[in-house]
Amino acid sequence: MAVTVNNFPALIVVVMLVFGMGMSVAQADDEGSIIKVSNPKWLAECGACHLAFPSRFLPAESWREVMSGLDKHFGSDASLDDESVREITTFLVDNARRKKTSPTASGKWPLRITETRWFRSEHAEAASRVKNNPRVKSMANCAICHTQADIGDYSERNIQIPK
Amino acid sequence: MLRSMVLPSLVLLVFTGFAVSPVFAETPGEVLAVFKAEASAKSGFQGFSAARGEAFYMTKHGHEWSCSSCHTDNPSEPGKHAKSDKLIKPLAPSANAERFTDMKKIEKWFKRNCNDVLDRVCTAQEKGDMLAFLLTIGK
Repeated sequence: MAVTVNNFPALIVVVMLVFGMGMSVAQADDEGSIIKVSNPKWLAECGACHLAFPSRFLPAESWREVMSGLDKHFGSDASLDDESVREITTFLVDNARRKKTSPTASGKWPLRITETRWFRSEHAEAASRVKNNPRVKSMANCAICHTQADIGDYSERNIQIPK
Repeated sequence: MLRSMVLPSLVLLVFTGFAVSPVFAETPGEVLAVFKAEASAKSGFQGFSAARGEAFYMTKHGHEWSCSSCHTDNPSEPGKHAKSDKLIKPLAPSANAERFTDMKKIEKWFKRNCNDVLDRVCTAQEKGDMLAFLLTIGK
């Protein structure tokens, strides 16, 4: 028993080191392409049907509009209880894209990430490469190329475009 | 003094309990009982039918999708979202112990999926038939 007591502070240090390491890995930044913010409700509810798309991919105005029409969500009923809608909207809006964005030519805010100007310019080459690939189906299928998208890692080194 | 407080407190406790969880259902059997109570309120209810549930599950109801479009023809297999390709865990309770154990979750998904497949809400009869069908799988 004496050994256990003597080693207790050391044990705490080890535990803290291990957890600390885990945290620093999760927060490691690679050209700003690792998503750091999360919310359990966002992850569970949005992630139930598709990849939980990172909040910083759309401006606040877009998120508000998406979240106010969940009963008609791109052709599916994704309705949620009011409390969950409120919590997820707050999370998305608080962590939305901060760079100056503007409505599309038609005067509307983009509702699809794939409609935004930044997405289209980033993915112009990839889009032409996967255009006829039946495995990809949609440019909204982030994880088919961004192999670590489920943990919020969109870094270049983890991109694998399927042939 | 103390005694006079006990009864009102107990009554309050019991009523609060009812208010918080109006429907108690934590197993597929209990969920089926809830659907049955709901369906029985309609005249002419003659019980649930697994065969009718299976037909309902496999059929398109005048729109693009059937239940099996995402959950596959075999509800004990994992499915795939028809649009996003996201993995869907098996629907049959025998293959996925989490299924039909949370009334709030069950109602959330029936509302959404019935709207997508039938463009309306499902009746308690339809939900009961469906669960009766799913409970015959893997046994």
